[in-house]
Amino acid sequence: MQFLQNIFNLPPIWYTFSILSVLTLFGALGTIMSKNPVHSVIYLIVTFFSISAHYILLNAQFLAAVNIIVYAGAIMVLFLLVIMFLNLKEEADEMKNNKTIVAAVVTALLMGGILILFLRRSDKQTADKLNFSSQTGMVEVLGKSLYGEYILPFELVSVLFLVAMAGAVMLAKREPGERHF
Amino acid sequence: MSSFVQWITESMFLWKSLIILVLFAVTLGIAAYSTWAERKVAAYIQDRRGPNRAGWGGLLQPLADAGKMFFKEDFIPAKADKWLFILGPCLSMFTALMSSAVVPFGNSFLIDGKPVIVQGIEINIGILYVFGVVSLGVYGVMIGGWASNNKFSLLGAIRAASQNISYELAMGMSIIAILMMSGTLSLREITQQQHGGNWNVFYQPLGCLIFIVCAFAECNRTPFDLPECETELVGGYHTEYSSMKLGFYLFAEYINMFASSAVTACLFFGGYNYPGMDFVQSQLVAFLGDTVGHNVATLVGIGAMFTKILFGIFFFMWVRWTVPRFRYDQLMNLGWKGLIPLAVGNIVITAIALLSGYKLVGIWAGLAVMVLIISIFWSLRPKKKNAVLGA
Repeated sequence: MQFLQNIFNLPPIWYTFSILSVLTLFGALGTIMSKNPVHSVIYLIVTFFSISAHYILLNAQFLAAVNIIVYAGAIMVLFLLVIMFLNLKEEADEMKNNKTIVAAVVTALLMGGILILFLRRSDKQTADKLNFSSQTGMVEVLGKSLYGEYILPFELVSVLFLVAMAGAVMLAKREPGERHF
Repeated sequence: MSSFVQWITESMFLWKSLIILVLFAVTLGIAAYSTWAERKVAAYIQDRRGPNRAGWGGLLQPLADAGKMFFKEDFIPAKADKWLFILGPCLSMFTALMSSAVVPFGNSFLIDGKPVIVQGIEINIGILYVFGVVSLGVYGVMIGGWASNNKFSLLGAIRAASQNISYELAMGMSIIAILMMSGTLSLREITQQQHGGNWNVFYQPLGCLIFIVCAFAECNRTPFDLPECETELVGGYHTEYSSMKLGFYLFAEYINMFASSAVTACLFFGGYNYPGMDFVQSQLVAFLGDTVGHNVATLVGIGAMFTKILFGIFFFMWVRWTVPRFRYDQLMNLGWKGLIPLAVGNIVITAIALLSGYKLVGIWAGLAVMVLIISIFWSLRPKKKNAVLGA
């Protein structure tokens, strides 16, 4: 009874968090367990949405919106487009190979061990309630810290993006005399 | 429990819910009557009469259409992916209805001395929300087109996806110029900054043009309706759809038109602001008292907003029955080689004008210089055979 009592006394935000977490894990499991690649992509979109909802719970509206625009809105559309073009029919037989299974099990165990180790070692620092600014995740604060404190890394990342864009254009550029239509 | 009831009655919860419900109903009503208006506009442009049997001037035609849609056979192809086939139109409708939540349709009503804003929800990332919902709009079409297991549907879905991705970029860049001027992402604040005739369209003529062109492409309206191009793809992504599922796809297009007209009105045409607004408000307050005067003035503002929205919808129809459809390579060239460079140029010009301190003059002078440079390069370009638009 005490257990039930405790559950009823939890704050409403906890229920929201639990529902969202279940949804996130449902999407993530669906992504790796569905046989059809298109279904996988749709589950992944569900995952991105619930992660965005987590960001909103943490009062990071800008991050939530950008996560939806960039990941759910652009990258996953491209994924879906490519998968539709490929039209995968036959199931991949990677899991029939013994070596693959062994490698997967070892990797999963190692990864899980490292995660547990780090979670146990990390200092569980909670937010300082007195000095916490509710504007931390908002656009203005984010912009000021990106263009003030972190201006150099930000600019370096933008150079990286520029190089990637130029590389994509170079790859897609049509060579002379190769036109087939 | 009683404290909860008290909170509901004392807070603005009920009024807010009422406003959201009314906005929702008005969105659906306008979308329904857009189908009637579209046929009337088409008929007028083509010198016909249009629907005139159901009700006076065919005004009951949307109801008759909806009834017909509901009672038709609901057919799902045998090899189709059943759940995704059903999910497609649902997603289309869902994303279409979500986008107008952050649009400010009017100022505020004073109820018991407290202001209640005429808007679904006021968030400080308003434009990003709209942009996110717009970028999700393509999923309904893509999933429905793929799940139909039909090559024409798949081709339509792929066209829709590539078209939306291409035009989203230019659309985002045209919005960035607005953001640089206003310094906020909230649609309400952007609207309020346009008070007193400072409509953004005077400061951002090129941005407005790019935004409207991209809005046409995002709504899959002619001249960008290649995803459902009848002459090449039977019915495009909705070839296999029938009954109300098809109805949802078609209806979502009209809701998208409404939403994009509303966002365009907010961003570029002053939203609920109209010329002589302060004079009307002061006169109303003088005659009717503070509260009633303010509320009536807000109603007039809502009227101005809806006039702009309805004109936007009419503009969509006007273009549809005037301009022929693009070819696919023309579409891609216009998006990538025409609109995106122009939008980048617009951002640079806006930045220079803002830094120089002469906002209006600087932007127009910059645009004039850009037009001059483009026309010089255009006249000097090497002539080649089969030159297509923007190439």
